[in-house]
Amino acid sequence: MAVKTLTINGEQYSAQEGESILSVARQHNIPIPTLCHLEGLSTVGACRLCVVQIEGIPRLLPACTTKVEEGMVIQTANERLNKYRRMIVALLASEGNHVCAVCVANNHCELQDLAYSVGLVRVRYPYLFPNKQLDATHKDYVMDHNRCVLCTRCVRVCDEVEGAHVWDVAGRGINSEIITGLDYSWGNSQTCTECGKCVMVCPTGALFEKGVTVSEMEKKKGFLKYIITARQKKEWVSIGNE
Amino acid sequence: MTLEDLQELSEKEQLRQAEKKHRILYCSAAGCASCGSDKIGAVLKAKIKEHGLEKECEVVGTGCLGLCGEGPLVKLQSDQTLYQNVDVQAAEQIIESHIVKNLPVTAKKVDTTQPFFISQTKIVLENCGEINSESIDEYIGVRGYEALAKVVNEMQPAEVIEEIRKSGLRGRGGAGYSTGLKWGIVSKAHGEQKYVVCNADEGDPGAFMDRSVLEGDPHRVLEGMAIAGYAVGATQGYVYCRAEYPLAIERLKLAIKLAEKMGMLGNRILESQFNFRIDIRIGAGAFVCGEETALLQSIEGKRGNPKPRPPYPSEKGLWGMPTLINNVETFANIAPIIRNGSEWFAGIGTEKSKGTKVFALAGNIRNTGLIEVPMGIPLRKIIFDIGGGTPEGTEFKAAQTGGPSGGCIPKDHLDLPVDYESLSKVGSIMGSGGMIVMDSTSKMVDVAKFFMQFCMDESCGKCIPCRVGTRHIYGLLDKISKKKATQDDMVLLQELCTMVKETSLCGLGQSAPNPVLSTLRFFRNEYEELLQPVEIYQGEPGVVADFEK
Amino acid sequence: MIQTEKQQHPSGDNRFKLLDRAITKHQARGDALIEVLHVAQGIFGFLENDLLIYVAHALKLPLSKVYGVATFYHFFNLKPNGEHTFVLCMGTACYVKGAERIQSALEEHHQCKFGQTTKDNKVSFITARCVGSCGLAPVAVLDNAVVGKLTPDESIKKVEQLKNTLREVVS
Repeated sequence: MAVKTLTINGEQYSAQEGESILSVARQHNIPIPTLCHLEGLSTVGACRLCVVQIEGIPRLLPACTTKVEEGMVIQTANERLNKYRRMIVALLASEGNHVCAVCVANNHCELQDLAYSVGLVRVRYPYLFPNKQLDATHKDYVMDHNRCVLCTRCVRVCDEVEGAHVWDVAGRGINSEIITGLDYSWGNSQTCTECGKCVMVCPTGALFEKGVTVSEMEKKKGFLKYIITARQKKEWVSIGNE
Repeated sequence: MTLEDLQELSEKEQLRQAEKKHRILYCSAAGCASCGSDKIGAVLKAKIKEHGLEKECEVVGTGCLGLCGEGPLVKLQSDQTLYQNVDVQAAEQIIESHIVKNLPVTAKKVDTTQPFFISQTKIVLENCGEINSESIDEYIGVRGYEALAKVVNEMQPAEVIEEIRKSGLRGRGGAGYSTGLKWGIVSKAHGEQKYVVCNADEGDPGAFMDRSVLEGDPHRVLEGMAIAGYAVGATQGYVYCRAEYPLAIERLKLAIKLAEKMGMLGNRILESQFNFRIDIRIGAGAFVCGEETALLQSIEGKRGNPKPRPPYPSEKGLWGMPTLINNVETFANIAPIIRNGSEWFAGIGTEKSKGTKVFALAGNIRNTGLIEVPMGIPLRKIIFDIGGGTPEGTEFKAAQTGGPSGGCIPKDHLDLPVDYESLSKVGSIMGSGGMIVMDSTSKMVDVAKFFMQFCMDESCGKCIPCRVGTRHIYGLLDKISKKKATQDDMVLLQELCTMVKETSLCGLGQSAPNPVLSTLRFFRNEYEELLQPVEIYQGEPGVVADFEK
Repeated sequence: MIQTEKQQHPSGDNRFKLLDRAITKHQARGDALIEVLHVAQGIFGFLENDLLIYVAHALKLPLSKVYGVATFYHFFNLKPNGEHTFVLCMGTACYVKGAERIQSALEEHHQCKFGQTTKDNKVSFITARCVGSCGLAPVAVLDNAVVGKLTPDESIKKVEQLKNTLREVVS
């Protein structure tokens, strides 16, 4: 594999051909916020939080899906990017019904962390207060659509890792929603293996275990790397938890 | 079938038509069909039979005759007389008076010396309204499939690509990327299978160019696709057509069947080594599927969610294989370029925008219909000469091009030459060719709101800026139109538009704010007239984000 | 093959035979989902859950995926329409020529919003994104007939006529 050299925020780095900008940035501890991206799942480039500025390209491109190229000059943060990232988180905040104080994932929530890291203090858009449902029909887990940010991690982990494809997205635009089967309640799903992977990869308190209360739902995502490594390399590494 | 056979067939068809004293053409495209042109066709045929003129006259259903606002239209090919608003009585008169006694029916006659007819240059529409779109013989009679025969037997793929590149043809779907360059990329890409896709998902509200081409001259599109397939090394093509065009789909299906039977499609095309099949895929009502990556997802039977580019479809498209996507009008230009040479084509239009462009002229304008003009023609000429201006008593205010991704062009810019660069300079785009004329009755804030509602409804929901951003832009426009907004909302509106434009995943989101931005640019006063001074209106206070840990 | 043609479909509904034929034509490939849904809706009028399950099993696709596709495309109906449909074009040309006025006139007259069916289940009011007959704007499609250059008053009359045609057919 050929080595590519590129410049990120004024510093020179080298990377493998075919690597994404995000992967290079992560290796060198350059912070780029992400939401839909999760190591081990396919990349979709949907949340747009990781957009970066590349010299010579008028459009902003997502770091997660853009492959490195020789001589790329990349800015991962500046006033413009920071502002857009703040606006994206603000849009998410206005879209759902997010109330941290009563949320099971409070203090363990990626959306909350994102809001802090991008410096969001005030949402200037009117809250949409959508009428969303809470599905508690599953014996072990709950899906609260009020807290869903439509990152589709649950859809992807169920399809790509568990292989059950219980989840998918129905509808479109602002009316999109995560569904099980033919929009059945989760408890009625005949294909759900009850593995709980979707719960663990969910960035917010939308998917959680039954019985937990405020701030108790910690998501353990280490299993993903463990399984992927085992599948691809036949190596059973120690399970990390990030 | 060889090239000689084809030419022989062509001559035979021309002779057959020349033997007829009259060819009576009636428009059977969707516009006139909805005014009952099928019935008119039946009346014409019955009358011809009644007078025993079947040998010397033939009645033919054709594609769009252009002047859609005045349908049903009937045309006598022999002396080029055009009749408008033809009802049953008029149809009878045409036969009894014009055909039998050689006395034209003056009451329904259209003045074909007016600019609407003489200021046009027809390449894409050359056969539209001249031939029976359901007959492959008539297409061959106007030198149809000659270009394909020449290409597969006499030219190398690289020569074909070079010819298209030299012609200066650019994609007619909106962005205007060089067609020759695109073909070159696909031909060089590696893949065991390659595909050619024709984008016929004409989703822009107010646009019906592609539909008219497919209904009036479907073989031209198939020929263009086959030539493209030969040039890039593909053996399979797909036409992705929207379900709202049942007549176009029907005609396409028939055209494919006839072409396969004649050996113009399928295996060993025109006795060469080239194989190419075309299948139809029908859309299901999603504007976003006009975006090429979403279109490919839809062909694969999935939700029409766009994918980030790169990788571009020309490298990784359908089922991960190199895929060439062009729209209907682009493919319709291919055969004439091959037949007449790239120099001929490059001689039409401007320095950077070559050839012609088909526009669907509609809205508050006298002559609504389908027109084809050379690139670079001033907007004024389209609207006031060809279109005849706005109706009595109303005043031209703006022309909207590019649909929900385009913008409004005001009166001050009427002398703008219509080409890719000039249109984008004023914040609009060429788009696929819808041109809607608005007069003083149109309120620009409402127009912007109309388009934003469209984009909001059509957003696929995958990326956040488009999914939620368009919803909030719509909300702000609604607030402004209801006179509840303040200057603060204007700031918010502008910010959101820029952000959605710059961060959205696909073309839909990136261009969704264009109608707002362009009306803000040229008609800002209409927004500001609706604003409340801050002192009077007590809006709800900004909400503090509830992310307390 | 010929024998099965003669037999009844196991479901007892022979319309499924037509659907099976379409599925076979596409070799039951998953990527033919949209084509198959088009055929299914053409035969059955709308896509109810049992039908979606049937299609999912035949094409070997997960249920959620089929449901996701069926709800993404607005051409697919998951609920039956009324006896008649009135499709109002909301394309730009029709909008500029006053389609909105027609919409509000009809909504007021029938006390029924677009996107819904009248209480007597006679007429479903639907908006379309451009039927491509912009020369005739404003345009509506009544059942399958395109009517152009409409006015609010005229469209109210046309809807009444729609309802009446049915009465004649029934009596």
